[in-house]
Amino acid sequence: MDYLKNDADDRGELVTLNVGPSHPATHGVLRLKLVIDGEEIVSCDPVIGYLHRGMEKIAENCHYNQFVTYTDRMDYLAPMSNNIAYACAVEKLLGWELPERGQAIRVLCCELSRISSCFLGTGVYAMDTGAMTAFLYAFEEKERVHNLYEQICGARFTSSYTRIGGMTRDLPKGIEKQILDFCDSALRTVDEMEKLLLHNKIFIDRLVGVGVITKEMALQNGMTGNNLRASGVNRDLRKTNPYLGYEKYEFDVPVAEEGDCYARFQVRMEEIRQSVRIIRQVIATMPGGPIWVQLDKGILPRKADAMQGIEELIRQFMVTTECVNAPAGQVYFAAENPKGELGFFLDSQGGGIANRLKMRSPSYCTLSILPELLPGHLVSDVGAILGSFDFVQGECDR
Amino acid sequence: MDAIINWYNDLMSNEIWFYLIHTLLKLVLMFAVILAFVVLSVWIERRVAGWIQDRPGPNRAGLPLFLLERFGSKEKQPLKNWLHFFGIPETCWIAKLCTWLRLDREIPCWGLIQPCLDGGKLFLKQETTPSYVRKFYFILAPMLVLGPPLVAAAVVPFASEVNTCYGNISMCVANLDIGPLWIFAISGLSVYGLTLAGWSSNSKFPFLGGLRATAQLISYEVSMGLSIIPLLMMFGTLNLQQIVQFQADNGWTLLPLWGEGLGWQRWAMMLPLGISFIIFVTCVFAEANRTPFDMAECETDLVAGYHAEYSSMKFASFFMGEYAAMVIGSAVVVTLFLGGWSIGFGADAALAAYSEWLAVLCQFCMFVVKLLAFIFFFVWVRWTLPRFRWDQVMKLGWLYFLEITVANIFLAAAIMYFIK
Repeated sequence: MDYLKNDADDRGELVTLNVGPSHPATHGVLRLKLVIDGEEIVSCDPVIGYLHRGMEKIAENCHYNQFVTYTDRMDYLAPMSNNIAYACAVEKLLGWELPERGQAIRVLCCELSRISSCFLGTGVYAMDTGAMTAFLYAFEEKERVHNLYEQICGARFTSSYTRIGGMTRDLPKGIEKQILDFCDSALRTVDEMEKLLLHNKIFIDRLVGVGVITKEMALQNGMTGNNLRASGVNRDLRKTNPYLGYEKYEFDVPVAEEGDCYARFQVRMEEIRQSVRIIRQVIATMPGGPIWVQLDKGILPRKADAMQGIEELIRQFMVTTECVNAPAGQVYFAAENPKGELGFFLDSQGGGIANRLKMRSPSYCTLSILPELLPGHLVSDVGAILGSFDFVQGECDR
Repeated sequence: MDAIINWYNDLMSNEIWFYLIHTLLKLVLMFAVILAFVVLSVWIERRVAGWIQDRPGPNRAGLPLFLLERFGSKEKQPLKNWLHFFGIPETCWIAKLCTWLRLDREIPCWGLIQPCLDGGKLFLKQETTPSYVRKFYFILAPMLVLGPPLVAAAVVPFASEVNTCYGNISMCVANLDIGPLWIFAISGLSVYGLTLAGWSSNSKFPFLGGLRATAQLISYEVSMGLSIIPLLMMFGTLNLQQIVQFQADNGWTLLPLWGEGLGWQRWAMMLPLGISFIIFVTCVFAEANRTPFDMAECETDLVAGYHAEYSSMKFASFFMGEYAAMVIGSAVVVTLFLGGWSIGFGADAALAAYSEWLAVLCQFCMFVVKLLAFIFFFVWVRWTLPRFRWDQVMKLGWLYFLEITVANIFLAAAIMYFIK
């Protein structure tokens, strides 16, 4: 009966309400200790860590290629983006640069997963405000992305597509047309959802002016990605620190000034349009050539070669057991993921295993604003505000 | 044989017995229809939701054939035997089609069996009553939710009258002169169920849900009652049977195309009546606790609201209560605004002149069709619109609807006074 005790207020004016860790609005295992006065929130204390798996420690015990599979489980709504961000971080440590085709494929995968994640984000958000149908429309598109994933990397969900220095396999033949078809249907669904929601009086009333995050608040709490851009800060790592050749593609960074839930929704919808734009350019200019870094060491040989030549066989053995031979040093690489800036800080003392891997996960920083933001809102707004953040517990807790 | 007929004649000639018997018959019919509709509306909801959301919905559940065996049938594979009987080989396309339609396993019913199976499942589930609840009220609450809509249904007319040799039968269970008032009075009682459920659960989320339900139902009851006053001014009666008769003679409230309904006054009245219709329908949505007004149980902040602690058949009672409220709400809207059982365009009188029983049958079918159409509308709205926030619902109820309904009454009065 301990949890029924009201420890917020002796006179009984205030009530402690425990939202989560298993609650439909928390999208995972976030727990919020709310103190409410009637329906109004007085204070909020987010409790995280229910999905902590010790990923940073695991990274110290397995070599770089082995850790790729763990990155799938971070932001599990955009596993490709995580794979690519991690691979890029290690390649930055090694000083490797992918050939053009490899980079283009990575951009393609990044943007596909951004679309998938934004669709889920907006769809689930709509469900949080009670519009179940929009959620299913969005989920259908997400399902199409997973079908493409399956063709690209062989897995629908936990892709593990990248290796240090390349990708597990090249794009299958004829996928370009399917991706372009998907782009069309994605744009159609975005339009549909906008018609269904963005001009809906109920939806607008629910969201405009709710959960307003000012520029200063957002910057102080280290928010990144769409949530930051909805608060009027034009910061997109793809523009400011281009990686993987993002400077070659034309796209706009959607920015909104209001910083409320409605602005975050709009920015996320616009993000899908921009991703589609990038994908179309990537496919139009897809270069030929290898997808792996062309080196004699550190990368896997072709399987056929390994079966024939002793040199290649030895190399395959060395790469699978010891991975790359990284130089000692420290490096930080951040990628613009669907949820925000996903950063990997690598401390290497040489060899194929990181001495320390620190991840900067966007969801963690985003959630840190809750104690500041939630007080003054109603209990009904919790769902809307949490939904508007589009966070993932797997990434927050790591 | 003669003795039986004589006894029957004597019995029916006695006014009290005649009244009792035909009322009981109507009562049984009414309950059967309403409960069937509750089940049917669950199916409609899920199929329409599936249709809206690009998915099939429950379309598979049929009557499994092993039930026949359970009831003593010796046939192991009925389909095979039937095909054999007609001399159709098993490789033929007809046989394949039958197998594809799952005829070898079940009698298909387009998933209509699904709600029944769900009900059965809930009935058989383990009943858990948490240790910290207030037991008496906890058990009382589901009854209070399911009961009122069924009682309120008593005054809804489902067909016109029939003159038999024993007397006049009016096709509604209780032909009261206070029809709408009875419905409001009784359906308002269901708020006690929600409040008690929320309070007796002794848990915070249900408690908030119960509070919300109370606030919402009370605030919408007021505008709901006021919104139909223009109609009652026009009808000049509170008896629902007479209200529908008026609509049959003079055109439906929202479709005054025949009888006396073609005058200027009726056309001018369309404005206040339209406002009434919109407000009344919105209030019915709020009363039935359905999206966009399902504050009391909105799953994204209150998990399941007032029924979070309920399981098994008690939960099913809440569930059925909600759908019963929806069916009754639709029936009231149909009765007041869409002509109730009337077929329209003067067809009622013509049919009644030919055969009263035929007229009653056609009218009943018409009523059911209208009811189904409105239930479809209910479902359509639910799966399209997002949910209001709790304080916005209150604001809408008290700040807009109340004022508009009061102004609407004066508007209607002015039209009735000045335009002849």
